[in-house]
Amino acid sequence: MTEHQKDRFATGVIYFLVGIVVILLAGILGNILINGLPHLSWHFLTSESSDFQAGGGVRDQLFNSVYLLVLTTIISLPIALGAAIYLSEYARDNWITHLIRSTIEILSSLPSIVVGLFGYLLFVVQFGFGFSILSGALALTFFNLPILTSNIEESLKGVSATQREAGLALGLSNWKTIRGIVVPAALPGIITGVVLSGGRIFGEAATLIYTAGQSGSLVDYHNWNPLSPTSFLNVMRPAETLAVHIWKVNTEGIISDATAVSAATGALLVLVVIIFNLSARYFGNKLYQKLTAAK
Amino acid sequence: MENLSPAFITTFEASERALTTEHLDVLYGGTIQKLFDTSLQFKKNSITALIGASGSGKSTFLRSLNRMNDTVATVNGKIMFHGLNVNQANINVYELRKSIGMVFQKPNPFPKSIYDNITYALRADGEKNQQKLATIVEESLRAAALWDEVKDKLNQSALALSGGQQQRLCIARALALRPEIILLDEPASALDPVSTSKLEDTLKQLREKYTMVMVTHNMQQAARISDYTAFFHLGHAIEYDTTTNIFTNPQGAITEAYIQGSFG
Repeated sequence: MTEHQKDRFATGVIYFLVGIVVILLAGILGNILINGLPHLSWHFLTSESSDFQAGGGVRDQLFNSVYLLVLTTIISLPIALGAAIYLSEYARDNWITHLIRSTIEILSSLPSIVVGLFGYLLFVVQFGFGFSILSGALALTFFNLPILTSNIEESLKGVSATQREAGLALGLSNWKTIRGIVVPAALPGIITGVVLSGGRIFGEAATLIYTAGQSGSLVDYHNWNPLSPTSFLNVMRPAETLAVHIWKVNTEGIISDATAVSAATGALLVLVVIIFNLSARYFGNKLYQKLTAAK
Repeated sequence: MENLSPAFITTFEASERALTTEHLDVLYGGTIQKLFDTSLQFKKNSITALIGASGSGKSTFLRSLNRMNDTVATVNGKIMFHGLNVNQANINVYELRKSIGMVFQKPNPFPKSIYDNITYALRADGEKNQQKLATIVEESLRAAALWDEVKDKLNQSALALSGGQQQRLCIARALALRPEIILLDEPASALDPVSTSKLEDTLKQLREKYTMVMVTHNMQQAARISDYTAFFHLGHAIEYDTTTNIFTNPQGAITEAYIQGSFG
């Protein structure tokens, strides 16, 4: 083979490989949407799930998924941001920080079922939170923190050292340089980290089965008192999410339309993740433009 | 072994000095010495060029003057500024750096608007008066000879400016803090010839109000715009005199060899 032929051959192989990835992803996504979308309806989105009869919806599961995502992000983002700022800006290169980094790496590959069982023992049993949104959100925070922290750390490290020098040379303290210059410059990367972890949280089932529980309680969407047991905002009520619902319907569901319900729920899950993704990027870009005057 | 003892170091009357170093040593990692016993005096309202080969210690020296080396190196010796040794632990380095500004090799504007680039440090310092900020922005940009080019797009991103404009913005940003001294670390090395010549014009104008110390690799540049030149070699200040004398009548053999392009 001539150099030219070799080059064409290698290019062909690369196109073939990327084709496999695209076909696989498009196939999965297409399959979920084609099977699920026909069963999606306004009725499905707005009615309660049914335990015995056909025709149930996923109203509560949808709300619970979003609520858990919001709560988990509210808890984990500040912690991850603080840890990432420490690791990227302050940590010296010594055995303690090596230990922290290895721990984060190990934690990020921890199976979610293990996180779930750990959350069950610690939050549900030991702390007495019971099967609740709070237990679920805390367990998801454990699940989420390692990856979110390392994603944010990477994006902070991506900000050029000359930016930090510029801040210091203007008489700004380390903290003011980080807060006003480094973090805003790293914002697109930080948003990507939040979006990625949001998708993971949304699709997570194993962790929640043992912490947030599988049964939906009676939920009243007009009760805005978070302390009331029937309020939709109450964090101490058990809450089944979309992903857990799919798992439950397929393993122990006795409803006759289980296949349709799980297909529709799957499609809904994918759609919500896409919407979350796009809107997070949209608002993130707006914020970035506001902070950096970039167009 | 070459003779690294100083060939000639010029001095100034106490009233003429803007900044003075006395026996400055810089050590990296506690053992690797990059700068030896450097005592130089910088004259008010003049441009002093620091020249020398790579690794001669000129940048190390410059970055010590506003304590930018604090986190990476040990700096021993005195840096006298207004009769005060500012190379001491109890000195407020943030205030010091407002009086001794710095411009870097690569233009490093913040990813913010032109306006915010200049005002960020002032606002972080507690200045809230919008009118005052606007005045400072205009004054600083005028002093850096950038006002006419950017006055209609102050709210646009600084990253959209050309490299030369960005570098003059970095100068304006430093000027906004009303410094007395500006340290420049090869400020034109990343710029094209046209931008370089604009930058040099700007620096020459700034001499009226500010004292400037500039590291440069470009000997023509040193000859063009500096009043005094210090030659560094292997961490030693070998010779310091008027630029004319350094370039036409150097005292040290190493200085002469460097000026003639024998090494470096």
